[in-house]
This record gives sequence, structure tokens and C-alpha cells, in this order.
Amino acid sequence: MTGPVLSVRDLRVRIGRQEIVHGISFDVAPEQTLGIVGESGSGKSMTALAATGLLDIPGAVASGSSALGAVDDSHPTELIGASRRALRNVHGGRIGFVFQDPGTSLNPLLTVERQITESLEAHRDMTRRQARQRAVELAEAVGLPDPATRLGSYPHQLSGGQRQRVMIAIALACDPELLIADEPTTALDVTTQAQIVDLVGDLRRDFGTAVVWISHDLGLIGQVADDVAVLAAGELVEQAPVLEVFDSPRHPYTRQLLAARPLIGGGDPRPAPADAPVLLSVDGLDVRFDVTSPAGATTTVHAVKGVSFEVRRGSTLGLVGESGSGKSTVAGALTGLVAPDAGSAALGGVDMLMVRGAAEKALRRRVSLVLQDPFSALDPRARIGAAIGEPLQVHRLCKGKRARADRVAELLDVVGLPADFASRYPHELSGGQRQRVNIARALAVEPELVILDEATASLDVSVQARVLELLADLQRELGLTYLFISHDLAVIEQMSHQVLVMRSGSAVEYRPAAELFAAPEHPYTRALLAAVPAAQPRSS
Amino acid sequence: MRTLFASPILRFVGRRLLYSLVVLAGVLVLAFALVHLVPGDPVRIALGTRYTPEAYQALRSASGLDRPLVQQFFSYAGSALTGDLGVSFRNGDPVTATLLERLPATVSLAIVGILIALLIALPAGIWSALHRGRISDGIIRVTSQFGVSIPDFWMAILLIGLFASTLGWLPTSGYRPLLTDPGGWLRHVILPGLTVGLVAAAIMTRYVRTAVLEVASAAHVRTARSKGLAPAVVTSRHIVRNALVPVLTITGIQLATILGGVIVVEVVFAWPGLGRLVYNAVAARDYPLIQGAVLLIATLFLLINLIVDVLYAVVDPRIRLS
Amino acid sequence: MTDMPSGDNLRVSSWRLLLANPLTLASGVVLIAVAIAAGTARWIAPSGINDVDVPNALQPPSGAHWFGTDELGRDILSRVLVAMQASLQVSVVSVAFAVVVGVTVGVVAGYRGGWADIVFMRVVDVMFAFPVLLLALAIVAILGPGMTTTMLAIGIVFTPIFARVARASTLSVRTEPYVAVSRTMGTGHGFILSRHVLPNIAGPLIVQTSLSLAFAILSEAALSFLGLGIQPPHPSLGRMIFDSQGFVTLAWWMAVFPGAAIVVIVLAFNLLGDGLRDVLDPKQRTLAEARRNR
Repeated sequence: MTGPVLSVRDLRVRIGRQEIVHGISFDVAPEQTLGIVGESGSGKSMTALAATGLLDIPGAVASGSSALGAVDDSHPTELIGASRRALRNVHGGRIGFVFQDPGTSLNPLLTVERQITESLEAHRDMTRRQARQRAVELAEAVGLPDPATRLGSYPHQLSGGQRQRVMIAIALACDPELLIADEPTTALDVTTQAQIVDLVGDLRRDFGTAVVWISHDLGLIGQVADDVAVLAAGELVEQAPVLEVFDSPRHPYTRQLLAARPLIGGGDPRPAPADAPVLLSVDGLDVRFDVTSPAGATTTVHAVKGVSFEVRRGSTLGLVGESGSGKSTVAGALTGLVAPDAGSAALGGVDMLMVRGAAEKALRRRVSLVLQDPFSALDPRARIGAAIGEPLQVHRLCKGKRARADRVAELLDVVGLPADFASRYPHELSGGQRQRVNIARALAVEPELVILDEATASLDVSVQARVLELLADLQRELGLTYLFISHDLAVIEQMSHQVLVMRSGSAVEYRPAAELFAAPEHPYTRALLAAVPAAQPRSS
Repeated sequence: MRTLFASPILRFVGRRLLYSLVVLAGVLVLAFALVHLVPGDPVRIALGTRYTPEAYQALRSASGLDRPLVQQFFSYAGSALTGDLGVSFRNGDPVTATLLERLPATVSLAIVGILIALLIALPAGIWSALHRGRISDGIIRVTSQFGVSIPDFWMAILLIGLFASTLGWLPTSGYRPLLTDPGGWLRHVILPGLTVGLVAAAIMTRYVRTAVLEVASAAHVRTARSKGLAPAVVTSRHIVRNALVPVLTITGIQLATILGGVIVVEVVFAWPGLGRLVYNAVAARDYPLIQGAVLLIATLFLLINLIVDVLYAVVDPRIRLS
Repeated sequence: MTDMPSGDNLRVSSWRLLLANPLTLASGVVLIAVAIAAGTARWIAPSGINDVDVPNALQPPSGAHWFGTDELGRDILSRVLVAMQASLQVSVVSVAFAVVVGVTVGVVAGYRGGWADIVFMRVVDVMFAFPVLLLALAIVAILGPGMTTTMLAIGIVFTPIFARVARASTLSVRTEPYVAVSRTMGTGHGFILSRHVLPNIAGPLIVQTSLSLAFAILSEAALSFLGLGIQPPHPSLGRMIFDSQGFVTLAWWMAVFPGAAIVVIVLAFNLLGDGLRDVLDPKQRTLAEARRNR
């Protein structure tokens, strides 16, 4: 094939009266990877789904042209407005799909093998036996350990990474010309993500498939793509080969996106205040809890295994780990949400774990918590002013409603939000605005320690950059101490003075940030750093 | 053998069984309490106009009501577990025997009812969910709303009025045992079965619709479509099959509900089942019989739920293989 | 450019959404009309409820008797109106009882967890093991027939469902991050219950109330049909249907009108409940809003 595998011209998507995608055009060259990058609301998923005829949102209408090139360069197949029959031939047969969440994208009641052989039986006219044989080959190709036995498992018996490998096997089963990968690694750990990226790279070479890789992560796109298309608010803002986009971006939005990325080795963290006293001191913290499976069986999870650390006043300890490392449990233990089984923690010499009654209430004033999901951290039925004012009321910090309203306006101003937001409801605010509200609420009690548990993980990259800036400013101005929890090493490096790396409940490495990033000691830390997508794109 | 006992299914079933037994104990207490919660003297009320001091004493000691409360409970529980539920206040017949005699009629009515309900609700609910928003969906939803709003005794009377009294196609009441007179059984079971079944169908259609809708919007259905599978395959293998799990639960609940709901239908059709028995017993204040019937029906209820739970474990691999 | 609110221009106020649905609107209107008719029943009824007039027995609907007369010549319209009043009274009182007791039990069980949860929910499970009508019958058997007993019986029998709904909602709210954040700020349980839990569980409870009102009407009718509910000479819809049994072919109006009255009221409550669910259940709500914005 010499012409493009997929040729999209003036693609528009309308839902009801609103146009979501405004006239996008791009080409996917054979055996090349096109990276489509954009933040939330950019329409990147919808563009890909519409271009391949898989749009399933009720009331959504696609117009324009999307032509799937033929192998022998004869008449291409038009996908927009094609008959359902024609589309069924294309889906799975000539275009394979990998979606974001492997946990829910696989049918829980069918074996993995069955879900692979389905495609083969539908498109390649194979018998069960032939299909089974092919399924084993595919399982091997995607690196599934012990393929012959694993095929008989059900999705819930596999790990997230393994499930995504199965999805890839399904997508490539019928040897398609094009693979659409919609945020395929977003739900995975950074180390697993790196493995999947390598896998897709290898398979692309072996199978000769063209790939469209959709992601919000510009760094990741830099690793995987040959060409990059940048989308914003339903428009194609820039499209160029990857090196060009990173070295000499033309559109201001692309430049903004590149600048907002936190990078390893990019920028020095602000200096820590010299010789500050220790504010938070944790010693041998140990937490276990019981988990009940759907069948009712209970197992004990040892979430935190004897972790110790110190944080000095005015500085930030970055607590980094992947999912299941126990980092959020540490936050839970320090805020009274989770009862520890052993160990001690003290805030400025005052015990944090055994307090009750009035002493506990006084302690809660000194520590604030900001969580990951900005939406669910706010009561949907309470106005913003009431949410921020709650700690003021509880701790009786203001005399009367007037004083409280004034203080709320002050706090909104500190986080850069207009005072009239106090009368709004959470659903009227964007993700970044809600997270600022959460920060304002955390500041209301004038805490000494603020625990930020993945506080920017759900935000768009450009929004994240602004919120991190706000947090840094607040630390400087108010002398706050942060326990900053994250899985994102680049953000940790930007924000932290000290770093604690956790894995499966244990502390693996605990050093000043500059030292750790310059020369990591523990192999796990090195693996984590190696898995982070590089700042510069790989040269083709 | 050891691996069998370690099997997740058996552990799951064991847990559910234990739980059911705990509830059963509670049911026993409640059933026992029935007699003793009566304001006034249950024996006196039961005798009513037939009261004489001798009859009173006789009935009282025969039912053991002159002994301390706790002792009564344990003796009641003990005999209940061995199948002895006492004797009727009215005619002195053993309660257990009476109940077992009437059980087949109610069971056949309940089974006919649930079969009719499934035959209507499954296709209607699935169709309605898959064609959501279209006219056929609207018609099904409105019809099922009506069905849920109609009192079953009213439907029974109207059905009798139409098919039996006016058209004369079917008998107005009565029962013929299945084994001795299948033809007669069928003719007599149609109207009461329809009454029970149509109302149950209306209730179940709505639940089936909700279950299928939830499954249809699941992520794995989009994956199935992305494989280019035929719509029939997507519907049967990925939507309906996954919806069967909640539908199973719904069927179990509905069957158990029918056991209670048949009371009125049996009265209207003079159907000699447990429901009509309970009604007559309540009218006559025959407490041991009421107690026994309540205990039996609640036990059946728990049994059905237990079977549904076990089927759940068999059908859903997430429970079968942890 | 990128950090957009989650659709503030698509959000529609609850009331407008509720009224936009024609079925819900119609149900609301019907229920208001029924409530007025029932409330003023004794004044607007054309005849007395027990004016026996045997020479005019079994008359079909006419100008003088809109719903016809029964076997004793009594005006069916008047009897239906007064019976509706009784039905509504029973259903409102019994559901009110069930709501107060059930929600209290459910919220306590869901919020405190632990022993309270285990004990309360076992009791609820035991009650759930009995079919509704059976349990109501048993209670009537204990206390004797009559309107008050009926209210109590239905109230007791409906309590478990409210306990379950309240518990489930409370549990889901209690595990929400915003409650966790409140606790870490030192907010007390009382504040959390009144400001966060109750407003957020109101939705499912309102829906359940509407559906239970519907079912209560049906239950009362069944009990009256069996002669164990509202006692004669006070008319009841269920008993009127019972009395019509011997006359179905001669006088269809004796069965049809009381039955239709039941169906209309129950249907209205059911449709209202469905409409409320569309507005109050966040999953359904987005669909309803999308439909309106089409």
C-alpha cells in the first residue's frame, strides 16, 4: 500500500444542536504511528471513534469523509455513512481497537480465549480448532505468560497489564491494517505502561500495522509516535512529525502544552528553609486491613509495613509509589481515617494516632487533606461557600455569618477564584476550579501540615501546572508543610525536598530529592525512573 | 476431597446456608410470637361462641399454653424442626398434614404463574431495553405500568366475568389435580395462573429492562461491537447472557413474592391451596394453623433465595473462581 | 480553553425537568385532583353512602347515578368517593409510619455500622422473609380487623424496605470522599448527618415513598377485599369489588368503577415515582437532561 491507511477530511461530529468536532483532517501513513494528543474536552476520542464508524453515543452524527485505504491501492472504503454491514466487516477485520480500561472492557463471563476466537470466527471463517491455535500464537506474541493455560482464565483472574495484553491480542487477531489505541495505558502503572509501549512497538513492526495512539500525555506520545496531531476544543491545532512538534512547535497551544509538562531533571526544586524544626515525625507505622472478595472470602492486606520518616516545617516530603504501594493508607492513618496497628506519629511533639475527644478536634485543625478527585471531595448539594466555611463553623473560628462569609471570600481570593463563586454549586465549576476550592477549604483552618493525596493527578496538564504553582506559592507565603503523595515522579521532583519511595507497603528509598534523582540507589527507584517517558521524543 | 471443601463454591454456599439458618431462627421466633402477641386470650378468642370452661381448659393444655413462655418456645421450635407444628384450634387436625395437603395446589399455581411471567417478561424486557426510546419500548413500558397498578383480585374477577361467566370457555373456580386429570387441571389453572402471571410479568418486565439497559451500556459491549460481531451475537453473547445474572435474582424474588400474593387469587378462584387456608385460618383465629403456614411459607422463601444464590455462584465465574 | 466546567449550560433545574415529562405532570395533576375529591368526599358526594334504595338496585350508569347503583340501590359514585378518602388516609398514615421508623433504623445502621447494623439488618431480613400480604394478614389476625389495624399492619410491613433503602444510601454517602474530608477536618457526626447525609439520601427515599404509597393502596384494597381491612358499613374499594363478584355479568359497573379508581390512583403514584427517579437519580438524570436539550 502506498497511499495512506486512513484519510480523514473535514470530519465533524454533532450531538443534538452542538458541534463537538469542527472539521478535522489528517492522514495515517502505512506502518506509521499517529499520535493524537489533547486534554479533556478536546474531542480526541470522539474524533477517532467517528473516523472509524464506531460512534455509539445516542444522537451523535458524524459528517465529512474518512477513507480506509485498500491493500492493493484500489478503491478505498468510505467509513462515514457506510452501511452497518460494511462497517462490521471493517471493525475487527481491518481495524482493531484497544480501549482505556481493561478491567471493564472485557466480558467478565467469557474466557480470554473465547474473546479472542470470537473475532477470528467472525472474520477469518476459522473453525474452533483453528481459531484456538491462532489464539495461542497471539497470546505468545503479546507476551502473556504461560499462554496455553492463561487462555482458559477469566478476565478477573489476570492483572491489569495482562488484561491489556489480551485486549491487544484481540485487536490484532485478524491482522488489521490499522490499530486504534484510545488511552491504552492511562489506567496502568508507569512500569506496566512502559512494557505495553514496547510491546505495541514490536508488534507494529512484526504485523506491519499502522497505529493511531490517543493520549493526554505528551511525553508518552513523544515515545510512541511518528506524527503528532494536537487537538483542542474539537479543532486540529497542529499536525507535524514528532521531532518538529517537540523542537519547533508552531501553535501557541502546543507550546503551552510542552511548557506545562513536569519533567525529570527539568528545573530545580526551591530550596528548603535551612534548619527548620521537625514538624511531622512518623515511626514504624504499620497498617493492616481485611478485604472481602465478592464471594465473601476475607483476606488480610498488610498495606503499610513499618514506615518511618520526618518532615521539617516549611518543606515538602514527596511520597511516591505505584498503586498498591500503601501511600494513600499512610495519609489515611495520619488523618484518622484508618486505624494503624502499630507505630507512632507526632505533630510537633503531639501524638497523632491515639488522640480522642477535644484533643483530637484540636489536632484535626492542624492537619488538612486534599484528595485526588476534585468532584467527589465536595458535597454536590452544598454551595461552595458552605463547603469552605464548614471547618470555620466546626472550629468556631469566625464570629457570626458575616465574618465567616468574609473569610470565605478571602480564601477564594488566595486560591485565585472570584468571590462570587461562594454561591455556586460544585457541578458549575471545572476540575481545576474545584481543586482550588478544595485547597481553599484546606487552608481555612490555617493548618500546619497539608497532606495532598494525588491532588493533581486528575487534572489536565496545563491546569496541573497552575495548581502546582499555587501550592508552591502558598508554601512560601504561609510557611506550610506538605506531605505530597503522587505516582508521578516528575511532579514529585518539582515539588519535593525529600523523597520517600514506597513499594508494596515498605519504604524502599528515603533521601533528599536532589540526591535521589541524580543517583537513585534502589533498583526499584531506578526502574521507576527508567519507565517515565523521556522529555525528548525518541529519534525514529 | 480436601480440595472439594476448599472449593470457593462450597465455601460460598456454606456461608449463605449459615446466614439462612440465622434468619430462619428469627422466623421461628416471629412465628411463635404470633400467638403470644394477641391482646386478650388466644384460646378464648379461638373458641369464640363455642366457649365452655371445659373446652377452654382442654384446648389450653392441649396447645401447651399453660407452660412458661421460654419452655413453650423451645418445645415449639423443637417440634417444628422435626415437622410437628401442633394441631388446629378449629378441628384438631395436625397442622403439618393439613399444610402438606394444600401445598401442591399452591406450588402448581406459583409455577404456572412464574412460567407465564418469564415467557412474557424476558422477551418484552429485552426488546424494550434494546429498542429504548422507540415506540415499541413506550408501549411495553406503559403496559407494564398498568399491569403493576392493577389489583390482582380485580383482574381475577374481570377475567372470570369475561372468560367464564360470559363466554363460558373456562370454569369459574375449582381445581383438578395434575396427575389424575391433566386436562381438567389445565382448564382450571389457566385463569388463576394468568392472573398471577400477568401481574408478575408486569413487575418483572421493568426489572429485566433495567438489568439489560445497564449491561448494554457496559464497556465490554463496546469492545464486542469493535470486533465487528453480528448484532445478534453481541446481543445474545454479550448483553443478554450477562444480564441473566441479575435476572436470576429477580426471578427468585418474584417467585417468592408470588407465594405470598397467591392468597387473594386463591380466595377468588376457590383454589384449595395454602393461601386460602391461611385466609380461612385468620378468619377463624386458628392460631396454630396461621403459625404453621407462616413458618412454611417463610421457609420456602428462604429456600428459594438460597437456591438463587447458589445458581449465582455457578453462573458467575468471579464467584466460582476467586 | 481546556478546563471546562462539566456542563453548566446543560444543567436544568430539577423542577423544570420534572414538569417537562408529560406523564409525571399528568400524574401530579391527577393526584391533586384525587386528593381534593377525597378530601371533600362527604360534601361533594351526590347521595349518602348507605342510602339503601332497593327498587333502584343494579341501575346502569345514568344522569342520576353517574356510576350506577349496587345491589342495594346505593349510589356507587358516592361510595367510591368516600372509599377513596379512606384508602388515601390508610396509605398516607401507614407509609408515614414506615418512613419514620424505617429511615431512622436504616440511617443508624448505615452510619454507625458495627453491632447496630448487624442486629437491625438481621431483623429486617427476617421481616423480608415473609411475603407482604402474609405478614399483614398475620398482624391483622393478632389485632383484629379494622382501619387502625390495617394502618399499623401495612406500616409495619413496609418499614423494612425503607430501612434497606435508607441504609444503602447512607452507606454510599458515608463512603464518599467529601464525608471523609469532613471527618479529617474534625467535623462532628451530627453535623455530617444533618448537612451531608440527609440531603443526599432524600432522593431515593422520595422515590420509594411514592412507590410505597402506590403499593399501600393495593395492599389496603386486598385486605378490605378479604374482609379484614376497613369494615362495613364504611365503604372500601376492595370490599366493593368483593361484593360485585356475584353480579359481574348483570352489573359490570359494580366491579369496574371501584377497580378503575384503584388503578388510576396507583398508576398516578407509580408514574410520579418513575418521574421523580428520572430527576433525582444521577444516572437517569443525565439522560433526561440530554433528551430535553435535543
